[in-house]
Amino acid sequence: MLSYIAKRLLLLVPLLLGITLISFVVIHLAPGEPTDMQTQLNPQASSELQGRLRSQYGLDQPLYVQYGQWLSRLVRLDFGESFATDRRPVLDKVLERLPVTILLNLLSILLILAVSVPLGILSAIHRNSGFDRTTTVLVFTGFAMPSFWLALLLMDWFGVRLGLLPVSGLKSLGYEYLSWGGQLLDRISHLVLPVFVSAIGGLAGFSRYMRSNMLEVIRQDYILTARAKGLSERTVIYHHALRNALLPVITILGLSVPGLIGGSVIFETIFAIPGMGKLFYDGVMMRDYPLIMGILVMGAVLTLLGNLLADICYALADPRIRHSQQGGGSS
Amino acid sequence: MKKISGLLMRKKYLFDLLFVGVMLLFLGACTDSDEVNHPGVAEALVPEFGDTFIEASIGDASTLLPVLASDSASSSINGLIYSGLVRYDKNLQIEGELAESWEISEDNLTLTFHLREGVTWHDGTPLTSADVEFNYQLYIDPQTPTAYAESFKQVTGVEAPDPHTFVVHYDQPYAPALISWATPIHPKHLLQGTDITKSQLARKPVGTGPYRFIEWVGGEKIVLESNPDYFEGQPYIKRVVYRIIPDISTQFLELQTGSLDFMGLSPLQFDRQTDTPAFKRLYNKYRYLNFGYTYLGYNLNRPLFQDKRIRQALSYAINKQELIDGVLLGYGSVATGPYKPDTWVYNGAVPKYSYDPAKARELFAQAGWQDTDGNGILDKDGKELAFTIVTNQGNDLRAKTGEIIQRRFKEVGVAVKLRIIEWATFLKEFINPGNFDATILGWTGGPEPDQYNIWHSSKTGPRELNFIGFKNAEVDRLLEEGRRVFDLPQRKIYYDRFQEILAEEQPYTFLYVGEALPAVSKRFRNVEAAPAGIRYNFNQWFVPQVEQKYSR
Repeated sequence: MLSYIAKRLLLLVPLLLGITLISFVVIHLAPGEPTDMQTQLNPQASSELQGRLRSQYGLDQPLYVQYGQWLSRLVRLDFGESFATDRRPVLDKVLERLPVTILLNLLSILLILAVSVPLGILSAIHRNSGFDRTTTVLVFTGFAMPSFWLALLLMDWFGVRLGLLPVSGLKSLGYEYLSWGGQLLDRISHLVLPVFVSAIGGLAGFSRYMRSNMLEVIRQDYILTARAKGLSERTVIYHHALRNALLPVITILGLSVPGLIGGSVIFETIFAIPGMGKLFYDGVMMRDYPLIMGILVMGAVLTLLGNLLADICYALADPRIRHSQQGGGSS
Repeated sequence: MKKISGLLMRKKYLFDLLFVGVMLLFLGACTDSDEVNHPGVAEALVPEFGDTFIEASIGDASTLLPVLASDSASSSINGLIYSGLVRYDKNLQIEGELAESWEISEDNLTLTFHLREGVTWHDGTPLTSADVEFNYQLYIDPQTPTAYAESFKQVTGVEAPDPHTFVVHYDQPYAPALISWATPIHPKHLLQGTDITKSQLARKPVGTGPYRFIEWVGGEKIVLESNPDYFEGQPYIKRVVYRIIPDISTQFLELQTGSLDFMGLSPLQFDRQTDTPAFKRLYNKYRYLNFGYTYLGYNLNRPLFQDKRIRQALSYAINKQELIDGVLLGYGSVATGPYKPDTWVYNGAVPKYSYDPAKARELFAQAGWQDTDGNGILDKDGKELAFTIVTNQGNDLRAKTGEIIQRRFKEVGVAVKLRIIEWATFLKEFINPGNFDATILGWTGGPEPDQYNIWHSSKTGPRELNFIGFKNAEVDRLLEEGRRVFDLPQRKIYYDRFQEILAEEQPYTFLYVGEALPAVSKRFRNVEAAPAGIRYNFNQWFVPQVEQKYSR
């Protein structure tokens, strides 16, 4: 098992290198340079300024030199400084946005799991019943609904008309003067709408997935055996079937690891939440190469690690895989 | 990628692109309107201190060092933190800020500023002429990546003979010289010997202005507090909070809950969505003309547009009032040239090219364009009169303007395609290489009439602003002379003629000037729209004690 993990980790290195190389080239293929955004169509900015900025950013060097410099910094875990006028370190900018992004995504995944797992199971057990059909319609409506539209409706309803929840942002003004409980309540009230809206789109996929897994498992021989043994339907479903149906969830959770640091621009823009999605989007619009590359690398690393983690957990949870791998390792 | 708004604008004579839309600009002059309220003007209340002013910005500030900042969010905050030597007053006349007075020498080559005594930086250090001298060095330093160096390059020398006197020398008279010293002054004692691009002050500024920096939560908010030692007296409003809310709809919802005190409305919001009793109870609405106009510019290097009759005909084919009604819901004025109709430099006597399709057809016919094959499109030597209008993505007003123009052009037999392109690509592939037929864009201006960078024939190079390739010897001469004359009536002669030539040549079809449509919470008194906009007297705004909303 350990040698398997080591091998997988080693394989990640060339993969990551390839990802960075392709991203770097593709980003530089996009028309426009960071300096354009700062100097173009501004009567006061001379072409000297353009040249000055280009040399300060190292954009006057050939692309392979730029890539080499960037890579040599990255190896030392230095993501460089942003090309935005503030020139802050990329890492600072990302770290500033990370906590809230992770918090939101985590809450959203938890909500999705909490709702869609029971929903999927119940739909599978009561297949083609009224309940199954209704939830199908509902979750697909949620899936099809544009999140910005739903967000605005809810903001208008709960925020403006009813005045129950804050419209946007993460904290109220004067948050620092609230009591401990008041602060918690304030944070929660700001999170209700964003978490709900971000989860609603994910319900459909996950609950459908859960439903089909469950249906698959129920058809298996060992379930028939369990029933034949005379076990109660409850035990059959929740003890024997559910465990196996939940196995693929591990893969999905592994795949959502990179999603933890990713954000949605539209959604963050609407709720005025300073998250990663907006940071990345603004970076792209400004052609802020170090920032774009920094976020891409972090995303790539997490995706690869997430996959690896899923595979490992799968192996741990599923004896069939564990054993077949050990067999493969010795041969 | 810039839009200038807020307080800094009144100090500058920037020409910048209208990027997101005219509703973001807070400048201009008041137009007479029945809808407009002027509360606080008649009320004789004694100003009281306290309360918080909350406004939203669609983007986070980039840096709080004015020398590096070029975005509107940074500029409006910097405008409260820093001061310049001079500034524009309510009526757009230049008045002293850090300078108590100034003298211009007989030959117009030397400016002598007398600085106020007793001005201190927010950290308590006194401001002296050495700070001003340092700023000149800072702006012209080749290592400083600033967009504001140009006007200081005209300077041949500076002196600081004593702590409160600052002298600037020019080798030629330069009319925009005085207002170029409205540029915010940075603290020498905190910046000298440091790399400006790495300075901590970018996130924690120290200025001499009415408000002091308190905190900046990235992507969330920036908080300022009134400066008790401000040289014109402590402002009444205690705190100013800029909340970063990137979405206009969200801003509008926040406004309706009363959690914002100020917002520039869109024409649609102003006209249709704010007439509720609840909204009227909370806010006053104001309207005044923006600085800045939208235009249709023709690429004069294209053979088609070299004939001025074609350009004139196209101008006659456009119904400008229809654009204002359709795109701005009536909240704007017809543009006839590069200057705003209510400024001293505006020449109202130039041809206005009011909508006249018959005249347009006649001019096309004179230029040899006829519809010989009867397909509704004019042709000449077997070629159809067809071209493409490009504009940038993200500006809905421009896209709509293009669509209306497209229809009007078709009616007079001109086939036009409209292409909307992402900003960076738009600049790189279309504007810079001169690879376009016609473009819809806008310029944001200010009170200073110098238009050298946009219209002079020396500015037609790559990446320069005269990208339509306008070359006119007389205009060149007028622009050169115009910036050398200090006397306004004298200057006006040059710029009047300049406007006449532009009107005759129609290198642009000047389309419209939009209006700023701000809503301000009713708590605030002393709010008044003037030629300089609405925020020029922000330091005098106040909230009566009983109405104050935020105690901390």
